[in-house]
Amino acid sequence: MGQTLFDKIWDAHVVSSNEGFPDILYIDTHFIHEVTSPQAFDGLRARGLPVFRPKQTVATADHNVPTWNQHLPIKEELSRYQVDMLTKNCAEFGIELYGLGHSFQGIVHVIGPELGITRPGGTYVCGDSHTSTHGAFGAIAFGIGTSQVEQVMATQCLLQQRPKRMKIEVNGKLHKGVGAKDIILYIISQISAAGGTGYAVEYAGDTIRSLSMEGRMTICNMSIEMGARCGLIAPDETTIEYVKGREFAPKGEEWDKAVAYWQTLYSDEDAKFDSVLSFKAEDIEPMITYGTNPGMGIGVTQHVPQTASFEQKEQGSYKKALDYMGLHDDEQLLGKPIDYVFIGSCTNSRIEDLRQVAEFVKGKHKADNVTVWVVPGSKQVQQQAIREGLDKIFDAAGFPLREPGCSACLGMNEDKIPAGKYCVSTSNRNFEGRQGPNSRTFLASPLTAAASAITGVVTDIRDFLSKEELVN
Amino acid sequence: MATKIFKHIQTSAVPLPIENIDTDQIIPARFLKATTREGFGNNLFRDWRFDNDGNPKQDFILNDPIYSGKILVAGKNFGCGSSREHAAWALADYGFDAVVSSFFADIFKGNALNNGLLPVQVSDDFLKKLFDAIHADPNAVIEVNLVDQFIKIVATGEQESFEVNPYKKACMTNGYDDIDYILSKKELVEEFEGSKE
Repeated sequence: MGQTLFDKIWDAHVVSSNEGFPDILYIDTHFIHEVTSPQAFDGLRARGLPVFRPKQTVATADHNVPTWNQHLPIKEELSRYQVDMLTKNCAEFGIELYGLGHSFQGIVHVIGPELGITRPGGTYVCGDSHTSTHGAFGAIAFGIGTSQVEQVMATQCLLQQRPKRMKIEVNGKLHKGVGAKDIILYIISQISAAGGTGYAVEYAGDTIRSLSMEGRMTICNMSIEMGARCGLIAPDETTIEYVKGREFAPKGEEWDKAVAYWQTLYSDEDAKFDSVLSFKAEDIEPMITYGTNPGMGIGVTQHVPQTASFEQKEQGSYKKALDYMGLHDDEQLLGKPIDYVFIGSCTNSRIEDLRQVAEFVKGKHKADNVTVWVVPGSKQVQQQAIREGLDKIFDAAGFPLREPGCSACLGMNEDKIPAGKYCVSTSNRNFEGRQGPNSRTFLASPLTAAASAITGVVTDIRDFLSKEELVN
Repeated sequence: MATKIFKHIQTSAVPLPIENIDTDQIIPARFLKATTREGFGNNLFRDWRFDNDGNPKQDFILNDPIYSGKILVAGKNFGCGSSREHAAWALADYGFDAVVSSFFADIFKGNALNNGLLPVQVSDDFLKKLFDAIHADPNAVIEVNLVDQFIKIVATGEQESFEVNPYKKACMTNGYDDIDYILSKKELVEEFEGSKE
């Protein structure tokens, strides 16, 4: 019996497996940030333990950081304290910190891949659910709680039950204007926000294979939004080309050895999955969410479902979501006025996202009723955008390029969407209050967000593409 | 280090029949700036529980004096979204010892188990029975027994067994801790590292 990609990587990292106990899984790299680490460091102190493998621990400050005037002290006292605490803890325990002002600083799930720390076949964890992003490289990567952060700090290992395996195939040619974000929003809309719970999901099929690494990261990033433990995609030439030459990627002989290993990382023909789902690329249109979990998504031309179409016991939760969003049964989002557009987050803040948005907005200007924030995923993305002159295109369009951080994805810094306002957001969660108390989020792709910023209303990107023949 | 011990409880329960309750609702991100584990209960379900001025919202169940107890009974897919352990800390700090739902998100379930907060997964039918029993009598006593792995509506005797990982059960009933367990296998970890070099 062949093995799945997931099992190959898992088995290569099992330190100890005992009947009735979870496996002890070895972790190659532990990413940490300021929000979910302080209590773990306190725990180590209380136990009198060091960080077991500080060189395999990488820290950055991302959740609380301002995205404007980053060179000035953080204004908000608690945010400043939390970021300072990370600096002190990293110094005390000997951990490399890419903090504010460092040229490698950025969202943890953007910097790991761009620095060549995330590689095929590895195991990665972080006290952050979007750690699933790193699975795009053909790795096992998932989010953990703070007690587990402490566990990994203390032992470089994690007690874990092996999850079930699911394969999600997408085959066929995408329509123009449809990208990775639309694929994953479509999948979640089909299987629900709990459809992947208990599974490690491998994405496969020629549509997935045709995506860039940035696109694959967008897909794996949102695995957690269907409840999956992690998402992964078998490495191929696209993966190897992306990793090659990056700051911490293996070099010389080490590189050749690594590549030879990575080429063995795929699910065997006869590998057995606990569940297999298939989707057609042709069925996917630009997607948008209308509700308060990422499973509540529709094609941008479709109408919000009728309450009566749900089972009786689900109707209360559904009505609560529509009330929160200020929407009603059968409403069409297309043409609905919006207030904010947020282009950023660990889902869509990489250089490719920014290039795509810049290409589209060049020569256009945002609508007067809309405030636009473009937040790069890292210092390196920001610098690259400036080198390519994207910042000037953005400025001319009324899309100021800000400084890196998690920003309005969760509003831990000042970047909050005001109560009652609508934001078309390239982030990953539309939960109540996610972008600020009583904010209302429509999740969408960078192109849909950019087009909506130009028109001031929820927009079908294809209305522009038919005129411009812009190739996605 | 020893953790909180859980064997069995008998208490009234608070019903929250909403599906897909994400951890952003349990504890909003703006309250994650604290650097200790204490005090999160004050902001449990903050934006459902209080208005913008900090006044309790009368229509939210935790503000209804009729309902109280150490068990929260909630709709399916409880704890989805962010991995923040602060959600488990907030529920435990508020005074809950167990959360009952027909489905839990993975990360939340793990976090709860690591904090002496028992996630009890029941069938859709039994969840409905629980909601009905609590609505009929807000003081209805529910027993959650981890040792024998069942949940019971005491007045009617209706009960259902629930699954729990045997290792985590041993941890919760004895106060064992994951880190102590892995540290006891430290030589295996070092051996593993040696084999990869």
